[in-house]
Amino acid sequence: MSAPGTLPFCYRLLRRQLVLAVRRPVEIGNPLLFFAMVVALFPLGLGPAPDKLAGFAPGILWIIALLSNLLTSDAVFRSDFEDGSLEQLLLSPQPLFMSVLAYIAAHWLITGLLLALVSPLFAVMLNLPSQATGTLLASLLLGTAVLSLVGCIGAALTVGLKRGGMLISLLILPFYMPVLIFGSAAVQAAVRGAPAGPYLAIIGALLCLAIALAPLAIAAGLRISVDG
Amino acid sequence: MPAAGNTPLLAVDDLSLERGGRQLFQNLSFAVHPGHLLQVEGPNGAGKTSLLRIIAGLSRYGFQGRVTRQAPLLFLGHHPAVKGLLTPRENLAWHVSGEAQYSEEQILDALERVGLYGYEDVPSHTLSAGQHRRVNLARLYLSTSPLWLLDEPFTAIDKVGVVELQGLLVQHVERGGAVVMTSHQALQVAYSVTRLDLLRGLLE
Repeated sequence: MSAPGTLPFCYRLLRRQLVLAVRRPVEIGNPLLFFAMVVALFPLGLGPAPDKLAGFAPGILWIIALLSNLLTSDAVFRSDFEDGSLEQLLLSPQPLFMSVLAYIAAHWLITGLLLALVSPLFAVMLNLPSQATGTLLASLLLGTAVLSLVGCIGAALTVGLKRGGMLISLLILPFYMPVLIFGSAAVQAAVRGAPAGPYLAIIGALLCLAIALAPLAIAAGLRISVDG
Repeated sequence: MPAAGNTPLLAVDDLSLERGGRQLFQNLSFAVHPGHLLQVEGPNGAGKTSLLRIIAGLSRYGFQGRVTRQAPLLFLGHHPAVKGLLTPRENLAWHVSGEAQYSEEQILDALERVGLYGYEDVPSHTLSAGQHRRVNLARLYLSTSPLWLLDEPFTAIDKVGVVELQGLLVQHVERGGAVVMTSHQALQVAYSVTRLDLLRGLLE
């Protein structure tokens, strides 16, 4: 009997996180519900004129996706910190870089992926031109993964604090901005009929950078939080 | 694998810890060899848990001295690391410590030994506090790590369970493992227990 390989272990972690999420469906439902509620607020605030809403739609959809991601990232490590699982994870002989990636993958699957998949529906509610739907989906799929990676850095740093929610927003919102800028720009380009590829490529590059660097920061953040 | 001969599984050199302006322990030096059963003693607040966390490598700053770990270790802390939403079986099979890949039979066997037969597939949050701890203790039956660091392992465990657990600890050290544990109870075992009094130093 020897330690499991890194990939089987990550798969095990991923499965554990997904089972935990599915057994508490509120946490999967909440960001989606938040998304739906805020989308419903905009026509009330901006007025229901369809062409006006359509102009704002790319930015609105992206900002809401960002906020609902922010709402959920606080909880990624919290319950594991409270029940001592996090200590065990840090002591495990597995590379923390990969374990952390498994946590983030689980977080993305239950927030970012689902948000991206339901976003076309909300796009219709805001009258986003249909030729931009595909770009919206693609930009959200890529962009929310970056948001999850960056959000987990904040979660790792604040997990030891009693009320980390506000601090986490201050810490990581600046890092969300590039994603927001290029994400909504991609959708706007698609609305105008211009090629959205370059913007998506930049988000893809951001994703690669985040995959390479964020787990290092998260691992260090977790070690500091558990040490305290 | 347990190191043969005189290689210690764990060596602590000149360890001192100060917390909140109080000197908890000073110039602590000891080595843990295969076959050692070491009980850390001291009143509440003496730094037992802090010492264990430093040894385990969870606390990495704020102390002076050096800790050398030569062997894989298993650490059971105050928090059981048992997820309420997972069943005891899932808790062990998907444990985050990633120590080993256990077969179904090994897990069922370990759960039976800690007295959780029949509770394998109920959500852990329906278990009592003692049973919760027992899910965690089942890891000891599965463990292959030679060095065990146990922080108050007898908390919330009934008398029969304590006797069984002490038997397991003796079995582990007899097989060439080592145990460092904190407890306020004296161990009732037919094995020589090394006692470490945090206030005075190493006592046999």
